[in-house]
Amino acid sequence: MQSAVIVFPASNCDRDAATALEKITGRKPLMVWHEETTLPKVDFVVIPGGFSYGDYLRSGAIAARSPIVRDIVKKAGNGLPVAGFCNGFQILTEAGLLPGALMRNKGLRFVCRPQKLQIVNGDTMFTKAYKGITEVTYPIAHFDGNYYADNDTLRELRKTGRIVFKYIDNPNGSLNDIAGICNEAGNVLGMMPHPERAVDPLICDSGRGGTDGIALFKSVLEAVR
Amino acid sequence: MKAIIHIGLKPGVLDPQGRTIARSLTHMGFEGVTKARQGKTIELDLSSDNAETAKLEVEKMCKQLLANTVIEDYQIEIVE
Repeated sequence: MQSAVIVFPASNCDRDAATALEKITGRKPLMVWHEETTLPKVDFVVIPGGFSYGDYLRSGAIAARSPIVRDIVKKAGNGLPVAGFCNGFQILTEAGLLPGALMRNKGLRFVCRPQKLQIVNGDTMFTKAYKGITEVTYPIAHFDGNYYADNDTLRELRKTGRIVFKYIDNPNGSLNDIAGICNEAGNVLGMMPHPERAVDPLICDSGRGGTDGIALFKSVLEAVR
Repeated sequence: MKAIIHIGLKPGVLDPQGRTIARSLTHMGFEGVTKARQGKTIELDLSSDNAETAKLEVEKMCKQLLANTVIEDYQIEIVE
């Protein structure tokens, strides 16, 4: 599987994502600069975390209008698997690939800690390899992670199984405890927590995140094979 | 001419920053404050000399970038 990681000015999890992808897929991902207009031929795209464009205007707003994201939107519409973590999730909502918006945390604090999550839908191309495991811990580190969508959208997300991850002990005020959602077709995932930071026991010690993120990338690998 | 755009959270969308501002004002002794909502203002200098078309153009800018209409409302003021 050939993957790509998109790099914006002030992305800061691009190398974490690259390391995770290389470790799990066995192939170095292509690092694609945001000013590129065309995505190279790849099987999976990660939009990494960070503070693209300094979070100016709104988190993810400027990045969502960059040339490369225009091409990602087009190709995601044709089924290309795309995952956005943290700022990547904010960019995906701003780009209209996922519904809703990420607002300032309810507690007005930057929250940085290992976070327990419930896998609500284990039957997606991003969660299949968890094989029935329903609780994982990934790190979170964000200021704008408070998921908001109107009631109709929330109902639709619930009804169609598109809430993929929920927080256990909501850290930011997200409606319905939403931590991660996917699009209708199931090929675009956005989530605030960082699975790419939970793939190495040396970095994320056991019990506080460990390697819970590995199965997410394995799921994609198995799905696109 | 100038366009002055006021962007704020829609009614009903929780505004924790506004709430904290109101609480702080109350703590300072300004007892008359019952609610605060925080927003932002963007000023654009425009080369256009037609207020009507300028407003339509700024409307598009708001929808496409300046406001996130999932959570925000905006008001446009054109100043000659």
